[in-house]
Amino acid sequence: MRNRALRIISGLGGVVAILAITPSVGFAQDYVPTAQDYLNNIWVFIAGVLVFFMQAGFALVEAGLTRAKNVVNIFAKNLADAIVGILAFFAVGFAFAFGGDGWFIGTEGFFLDGLDLAAIPEGGLSPATTFFFQAVFAATAVTIASGAMAERTKFSAYLIFSAVMCAVIYPIVVHWTWGGGLIADIQWSVGTDADGAEVFAQFSDFAGSGIVHMTGGIAALMGAFFLGPRIGRYDENGKPRAIPGHNIPFATLGVFILWVGWFGFNPGSELLADEFVSTIAVNTMLAAAAGGFVTAVTIWLVAGKPDLAMIGNGVLAGLVAITAPCGAVTPIWSVVIGGIAGVLVVFSVLFFDKIKIDDPVGAVSVHGVCGAWGLISVGLFARYDDAFLGREDAGLIYGGGFDQLGVQALMLLIIGAWVTATTAALFFILKKTIGLRVTAEEEIEGLDLLEHGLQGYASDMAASR
Amino acid sequence: MKLVTAVIKPFKLDDVKDALKAAGVAGITVTEVRGFGRQGGHTETYRGAEYKIDFVPKVSLSVVVADESVDSVVDTIVSAAATGKIGDGKIWVTDVDRLVRIRTGEEGADAI
Repeated sequence: MRNRALRIISGLGGVVAILAITPSVGFAQDYVPTAQDYLNNIWVFIAGVLVFFMQAGFALVEAGLTRAKNVVNIFAKNLADAIVGILAFFAVGFAFAFGGDGWFIGTEGFFLDGLDLAAIPEGGLSPATTFFFQAVFAATAVTIASGAMAERTKFSAYLIFSAVMCAVIYPIVVHWTWGGGLIADIQWSVGTDADGAEVFAQFSDFAGSGIVHMTGGIAALMGAFFLGPRIGRYDENGKPRAIPGHNIPFATLGVFILWVGWFGFNPGSELLADEFVSTIAVNTMLAAAAGGFVTAVTIWLVAGKPDLAMIGNGVLAGLVAITAPCGAVTPIWSVVIGGIAGVLVVFSVLFFDKIKIDDPVGAVSVHGVCGAWGLISVGLFARYDDAFLGREDAGLIYGGGFDQLGVQALMLLIIGAWVTATTAALFFILKKTIGLRVTAEEEIEGLDLLEHGLQGYASDMAASR
Repeated sequence: MKLVTAVIKPFKLDDVKDALKAAGVAGITVTEVRGFGRQGGHTETYRGAEYKIDFVPKVSLSVVVADESVDSVVDTIVSAAATGKIGDGKIWVTDVDRLVRIRTGEEGADAI
């Protein structure tokens, strides 16, 4: 059994412990970190840098799959997500997520106040490392919605959404799970282990298929729903019409960057530099390849051509799905999990097209649907204890029964209900007050000139003296 | 003087250029254009939804030539650009009232 529970607590929840223990500076002197401790912190920091670079991947995927007249707006939204998201998470989000053990919300550590940032606890991460890693995750969660809301959202309304998402909605999901709140409290006994100790079924979401991606995917769905489809997306009979992206090389490069970033996202969530970092990387790599492969076959059969934009979605679908189970499953099941995501994403894109949810980049399908699938897959295929499971062979196919599946489903429903309710309320209020959508005139003209006063691809002849 | 304008398949541009140069034409101006003729457009799918491409990519090239070489230039373009398949394009010839070489100020046939 991998006894990592202690480590997770000293790493993530350690913020709380440090807050409680250190009214004054000096805690760091009580423990002299070892080379392994430094290695842990450096690895998680580097993994965080990789996760941060995913922002570039998201920006390129979204820009590539939309039209040239809105390319400035797409990049502006992605940059704003990083800027606003980091500041909001610093100000209140981190405290809401990790500042205390209340069931609903954390209340300590606003503006990182009172934290001994450099103090590395034994076998754990310093508050600075933890904040850095968690902040880049928050920026990821918020930027997912940008693509689904592309080409028609008012920039000012988007900024408010971005801030609220990173300050409140996402941090509360984190608090309920990795922060030890509501969902972490859901546990029931499933018998005893070989030593006679009681074993509990409890949620498992290693790097955030549900906590990060499904959260972002649901926000994306609500955004696209309240906005309505882009002008011209459906013909007079309501039949979907494709609006091809303007730069498929951008979109594909973005997929590669996200794939690389995921080698920080999942293996970094081990929160240690140990032997499991590479096994998690292998599972991550395999699921992505399987997702891309199965999507290619599926879209080839469905639409007659191996649509590259869709295959890129397939790679991301595999990555999103393996994010929860990457520490708990064997390589062969990683391929299966990624492959199933590769089928799901194609039919999900077609389904949302049909019900008139206009999601230009497939964010709802990739992150929402495949994030939910990732959560469920833990209950089916979990073999190893990934530090959240607390037991081996928890998955249905390994004789673990339906308990893990039950916790995962419960977790899915709770996160789903919370994010649906809060983001729907937020978008509704924005729609009724400052307005969520640009004017039809602006949408047709392009958001770049009218929202930002810039052209994405200004010709040298465009400006005169 | 005549202006010869030809709209051809993009991948035939090199052949046409080489043939015109061999025939002694001193300069060509090329524009990337889109359009449709009898070939029409075609339907594609993107992320599972259909869309129609009405205007297919073509290359338009312009050459100003002396009256006596018009026919040979047109014939050269036709033979170099033809594939026999639909969508090979068109050539038309118009009168040129005045022609000036900007660098020297030469006019008419001297400026060709």
